[in-house]
Amino acid sequence: MEIIKTEDLRLYYGDFLALKGINISINDKEITALIGPSGCGKSTFLKILNRMNDLVDSVKITGDVYYNGKNIYDKKVDVCQLRREVGMVFQKPNPFEMSIYDNVAYGPRTCGIKNRLKLDEIVEQSLKKAALFDEVKDSLRKSAMALSGGQQQRLCIARALAIQPKVLLMDEPTSALDPISTSKIEELTLQLKKDYTIIIVTHNMQQALRISDKTAFFLLGDLIEYSDTERMFTKPQDKRTEDYITGRFG
Amino acid sequence: MKKNKIVENIAYIVFLIFGMLTIACVLLITVYLIVSGIPAIKEIGLINFLFGKKWASTAQEPSFGILPFILTSVYGTAAATVLAVPVGLLSSIYISRYANKKVRSVIESFINMLASIPSVVVGLIGMVVLVPTVAKVFRLSDGATLASAIVVLTIMILPNVIKVSVTSLDAVKKEYEDGSIALGATKEETIIKVTIPKAKSGIASAIVLAIGRAIGEAMAVVMVSGNVANMPTLFDSVRFLTTAISSEMSYASVGSLQRNALFSIALVLYVFIMLINAFLNIFLKKGQEN
Amino acid sequence: MGDNKLSRKKRLFTIILKVLMVLSILITVALILWMIIFVLFKGLKDISWHFIVSKPSYINESIGIWPNIVNTIYIVFTTIIVVIPAGTAAAIYLNEYGKNKKLIKIIEYASETLSAIPSIIYGLVGMLIFSNNIGTSILAGCLTLVIMNLPTVMRTVQESLKTVPNSYREGAYALSAGKFRMITTVVIPGCIDGIVTSCILAIGRIISESAALIYTAGISNACKNYFSGLFSSGASLTVALYVYAKEQGEIQVGYQIAAILMILTFIINILTVKIASKLKKRRLS
Repeated sequence: MEIIKTEDLRLYYGDFLALKGINISINDKEITALIGPSGCGKSTFLKILNRMNDLVDSVKITGDVYYNGKNIYDKKVDVCQLRREVGMVFQKPNPFEMSIYDNVAYGPRTCGIKNRLKLDEIVEQSLKKAALFDEVKDSLRKSAMALSGGQQQRLCIARALAIQPKVLLMDEPTSALDPISTSKIEELTLQLKKDYTIIIVTHNMQQALRISDKTAFFLLGDLIEYSDTERMFTKPQDKRTEDYITGRFG
Repeated sequence: MKKNKIVENIAYIVFLIFGMLTIACVLLITVYLIVSGIPAIKEIGLINFLFGKKWASTAQEPSFGILPFILTSVYGTAAATVLAVPVGLLSSIYISRYANKKVRSVIESFINMLASIPSVVVGLIGMVVLVPTVAKVFRLSDGATLASAIVVLTIMILPNVIKVSVTSLDAVKKEYEDGSIALGATKEETIIKVTIPKAKSGIASAIVLAIGRAIGEAMAVVMVSGNVANMPTLFDSVRFLTTAISSEMSYASVGSLQRNALFSIALVLYVFIMLINAFLNIFLKKGQEN
Repeated sequence: MGDNKLSRKKRLFTIILKVLMVLSILITVALILWMIIFVLFKGLKDISWHFIVSKPSYINESIGIWPNIVNTIYIVFTTIIVVIPAGTAAAIYLNEYGKNKKLIKIIEYASETLSAIPSIIYGLVGMLIFSNNIGTSILAGCLTLVIMNLPTVMRTVQESLKTVPNSYREGAYALSAGKFRMITTVVIPGCIDGIVTSCILAIGRIISESAALIYTAGISNACKNYFSGLFSSGASLTVALYVYAKEQGEIQVGYQIAAILMILTFIINILTVKIASKLKKRRLS
């Protein structure tokens, strides 16, 4: 089942063409990894999917992006609604300077949920899904800033899950974390696959291999190769892909 | 070699002396104010001085109560802060988050200009434009009132509020806001619920600094407030702590109780400023460090 | 349906916030613009050369502000030549010598305290310390202003000292320079930009100061040469504005002096921006 599709997607920063006509189709309830050297456009591409690039003044986008068959760059689309369905986790954990509870409840409250009991339930469920509940259940009122980096990142995942998105975009979510926290997040990602479509940008080839179903290789704004992860890492079709995954550049 | 060592030592001592200069100045000012402020307070009695409602320094039976000045300063500063903070904060949000580069630099140069206009110039404009306007609008015989002083103080602290708030809003990183945007919040919701709480200690400092500035302003205020030692009401002529000093200093004779009482007022003002400063350091700076 | 209501509520909130923001910024900018235009228009409309270069005379019943211009120049000059070296030396102590963290904290707290003290208190204390000993004089006013501007100069120079790379200092030491020689050859040239900036900032503050001067430097309009002027009373432009407009009811003279002050403020602001951008470029290159 296809959930996201782009057609001839181009993105300009001012005059600079950063994405050169991307055509890709992403499946529901799978993990898709985006790999490629720094500056190849993979993070830029990720941010197109929930329109985070809208916030940058000089950005211009052409081509089409479909989410559930609807063009998300259509004028009628409610961007806030789109972002609720397509959640995002960032490179550096960025919890708000509020309590753990308020961090998770932020999204639901933004959607207009005020009922205490309902919020309590959402917070608990989301923290459980993010495998954080047992660690913080006695300190929900404490500041999120007191958590460790790995816990903060899982809190950010819980925060994103609290508004029940369909898709979860993850922009190098483990690059700022230690190996133990990283493996926890990876484990968590595999569990979340049951209920969510996950698109993850990563620098770490092993990570892509460990968790993703499909992998897309970006280079200089082009989508070079896109296939099943196993196939990509065993029989890459393009010479450049092979060079990259065997560590010859990047 | 020995000569070199002597030079080094002399240099060290000279720099040390200059380094200590600020401490020496603070001590000097504090000691002078205490020494010259205490005698009158002793003679009048601290309670009578601070809470006496009547100031009649040149009357047959003089009375030296500065409660009217204290209340005027407190009310005037509070009102000016209440007016300047919303306008200043909204302006600083615009500057920090909405204005493009060009617009921003134009607005900022205007605000720097306002910050550096001499207070006597602001006072002059207040005296010739604001005072008659207040008199006309509120049908008063004289517009030199607390109300006019509040407007002038608001104008004078506005640039301070804006500049410090802009700095603290600028310090909130985009990545931090992105967390809220990605959850489907609008830009405006994000600013109110996420950005401002994050910048709150900086904004609080802006407000406290503005309070300090307002309570210490003398020249602009003396030109618009009418300078009568009334208990403060919005449409009466009033005296602030600062203007109480400046209005009698030039004719109070040396050694008189009147003159000494003026120094005591300065001491009270100084204590206010020190408290504000200490508050800023103890509560707000700590908040910023965390 | 519920969602629709929510998004309508949010749109309303957005609009209200934006309207309030634009309103605030418009009020602020319009106010400043109006003040500038008002003062310049009123003050420059019939200003004469004679007004600027003459002394006030009771016989001719004319007012001229030449003495005040001269006094202002004396005050700016004297204050600057004292406060810049003193502030720079203090900054050098803090940045190059100071090792005791506690002491540095105390010095910084003292400097913050100094910048929080209102000018009327400086005026009063300046009167007690200086005027009562050397007489109400420009020198007494200047010494008061030195204390007032010390923290600004110290902080600005200190900021620029922090940008002098440590490798420069090590380079000088490697050539077996002593600390003092290192400071005169490497540190001071390196912070020259901070010194220039603090100079401009201090000049701006000195020109616009009035409350601290009125009881220390006095309100006389006599015109003297520098050395005798230093030891006699003299009103700066701001003090003259206050005395003419408030005490003598000469509003027109007030406008004219205000216009001159406004132009000076404007020039200083432009200089500040120009120098700041120039330094930024130099630092980046």
